[in-house]
Amino acid sequence: MAKPIMLQAKGLKKAYGNLVAVDDISFQVNQGETIGLLGPNGAGKTTTVSMIAGLLAPDSGQVLIDGAPVTGDTNPVKRKIGLVPQDLALYDELPALANLQLFAALYDMSGAQAGAAIDAALELVGLKDRAKDKVATFSGGMKRRLNLAAALLHDPSVLLLDEPTVGVDPQSRNAIFDNLETLKARGKTLVYTTHYMEEAERLCDRIVIVDHGRVVANDTLAGLYRQLPATNKLLVDLCDGSKLGDAGALKAVPGVQSADLTGNRLSVWLKDLSDGAPGVLGWLAAGGHSFEHLSSEAPNLETVFLTLTGRSLRDS
Amino acid sequence: MTAFLALILKDIRIFFQDRRAVIMSFVAPIMIGSFFGYVFGGSSRSSDPGRVTVLVVDQEAGAVSKEIVAKLRAAKTLAVQQSTLAEAEQLVRSGKAPVAVVIPPDFGKLATQAMFSGRERPKVRVYLDPSHQIESSMIEGMLTGFVMEAVSKEAFSGELGRATVDNSLKQLESTPGIPSEENAQLKGLLQALSKYNQGPRSSQQIARGGGGLSVPFELSEEKLTARQGAEYNPYAHSFGGMAIQFILFMGIDVGIGMLLDRQRGLWKRFASAPLSKWTLLGSRAVSATLIAMLILAVVFTFARVVFGVKIEGSLIGFIAICAGFGLMTSAYGLLIAALGKTPQAARGLSILATLLMVMLSGAWIPSFLFPGWLQRATKLVPARWAMDGLDGMTWRGLGWHEAVLPVASLIAFAMLFGIIAVWRFRWDEK
Repeated sequence: MAKPIMLQAKGLKKAYGNLVAVDDISFQVNQGETIGLLGPNGAGKTTTVSMIAGLLAPDSGQVLIDGAPVTGDTNPVKRKIGLVPQDLALYDELPALANLQLFAALYDMSGAQAGAAIDAALELVGLKDRAKDKVATFSGGMKRRLNLAAALLHDPSVLLLDEPTVGVDPQSRNAIFDNLETLKARGKTLVYTTHYMEEAERLCDRIVIVDHGRVVANDTLAGLYRQLPATNKLLVDLCDGSKLGDAGALKAVPGVQSADLTGNRLSVWLKDLSDGAPGVLGWLAAGGHSFEHLSSEAPNLETVFLTLTGRSLRDS
Repeated sequence: MTAFLALILKDIRIFFQDRRAVIMSFVAPIMIGSFFGYVFGGSSRSSDPGRVTVLVVDQEAGAVSKEIVAKLRAAKTLAVQQSTLAEAEQLVRSGKAPVAVVIPPDFGKLATQAMFSGRERPKVRVYLDPSHQIESSMIEGMLTGFVMEAVSKEAFSGELGRATVDNSLKQLESTPGIPSEENAQLKGLLQALSKYNQGPRSSQQIARGGGGLSVPFELSEEKLTARQGAEYNPYAHSFGGMAIQFILFMGIDVGIGMLLDRQRGLWKRFASAPLSKWTLLGSRAVSATLIAMLILAVVFTFARVVFGVKIEGSLIGFIAICAGFGLMTSAYGLLIAALGKTPQAARGLSILATLLMVMLSGAWIPSFLFPGWLQRATKLVPARWAMDGLDGMTWRGLGWHEAVLPVASLIAFAMLFGIIAVWRFRWDEK
């Protein structure tokens, strides 16, 4: 049975003067689903998240959370949203506990109700023993985890995570991923913006690729890979590349999409590695081209982004 | 309501966490207020009043000049030092003494003769440091009175006076061409004066300055305040002024703090919660008002305990002015947050605006020393109303009804700033 739609972004548009930050972005997220909003810096991810969180009014379009539009300052539907801002939105000069008490109070939580929520959030992010310490004494990774905890206190259904791992060490990043996987297992709907493809690949059920304020792809990881003309790359280090001549001749081999020779390194793009590799190796043997090393590369989102936009994700 | 109170408590807690803010808001106004209170007359309450130093160069050293010097010495507001001409010139020129008075040789004789004959009058030179114009004017006025008394005394009863009268009688007898009737009248006048000069003087007359002319009135100084017996306490003004200054600085911190909240992403967290604009801005306004009132309470409590500053007027009026000023300050902070783009950019401009406002409020220099047009113009400065109101309720001892206009003005400014702040506040968060 299909899960209900928890979040719908419909034709969102936002411009600042002549600069169009978001141009007709639409997508939807089912309950318990994690989607990755992937794109380079300046692609419009944060603006999109701001409109979903009700921080920014779209020029046109609509955001629905569990079927209700996100409009107005005091709209109760905002209680269903938990925002983890890209910045460390914490008071350094206050203890972690005081920070969380304040953020719980923003949702009219106090007393035992707030205490239980704070305990649970601190437990999840592993900071229970540091509750009384000032945030200023925390490491960057601990602050990131507390930033996450602050968004969980009112038990939101939809969690908007705007680049929540910026500037943290790999260990803290893994800890945050573990937290997010726990939340996902609890049935939370997660919208995760990032420009790190590895994070999106690890966490997300579906990827929405955004570039120049527009959605350029919206599919599962496997679905995105299927859009690629080639999904695997076979790398062959020849003993003498000069003997090969034109690498383009390899396109005659079944399953080969393209081939390229740089020095002694032959790169062959295949639709399917297991189907195409034997043919390539046979073609090389038949031509007398010996090689000293063989390897392959699996497809990734970088390849997808490059294919879809013609630009590298990291360099954009 | 939970969110509103939590936001207020958070602001107050953060304010007290910041040691710099606490020192700036509580300690600095007390220290600087104490200093200004002392400098602007606080010492006048002690047994050793501050006096103006006057150098006297007595080139005559005669009866008249000694009498003048004695009268100058007797004046409570002056500290007289004898000096030489060269030394006096050097000390005034270098700013080490504000005024020097030079009594020329034969001053008594020449002045007495000038009184009856209209001969050339001797010149008393006054050297003055241009930066002490007020003191020199005061000394010139006092000197005129003392000289008049000393010279007339000598003219009517002293040796020089007797000699001058006798000499005038002789001249009258030897001068031809004076009509006989006029000659007889003048002779009668001089003979009567000569006879008076030779007569006995009562000790009372001598004590009063015996026989000469005296200034025909006495000045009776009475300090008028609204409450009988209430004395002016310069610390009341200086503590009010410094409290106003540092509370306005606290207002800057309110605005900068909100800009920092935005920069740190905290505003996103607030705005993503189901909170009204009133909760978000109103809580900040209330917390700033409470902190401002607390600062005023602490500063004036210190002034009361240490310097005896009393609220001579209406306590209710005083509290209302504190609340009105606190509200105005909080709205001023919101205005800074609304108009400032970044904390860094807003800080410099808001400090300049605040210093101008403090200067024009009369917090540093009492506004009654301003030119008339400036006194009228500064009614447009909100802090001026707070300053006048605090002065009125403390040392002037005015009633609560005199607090109505300052409080109404402060509330009007608070509303104006608040409306502009809400209008210009950047609600959208990218």
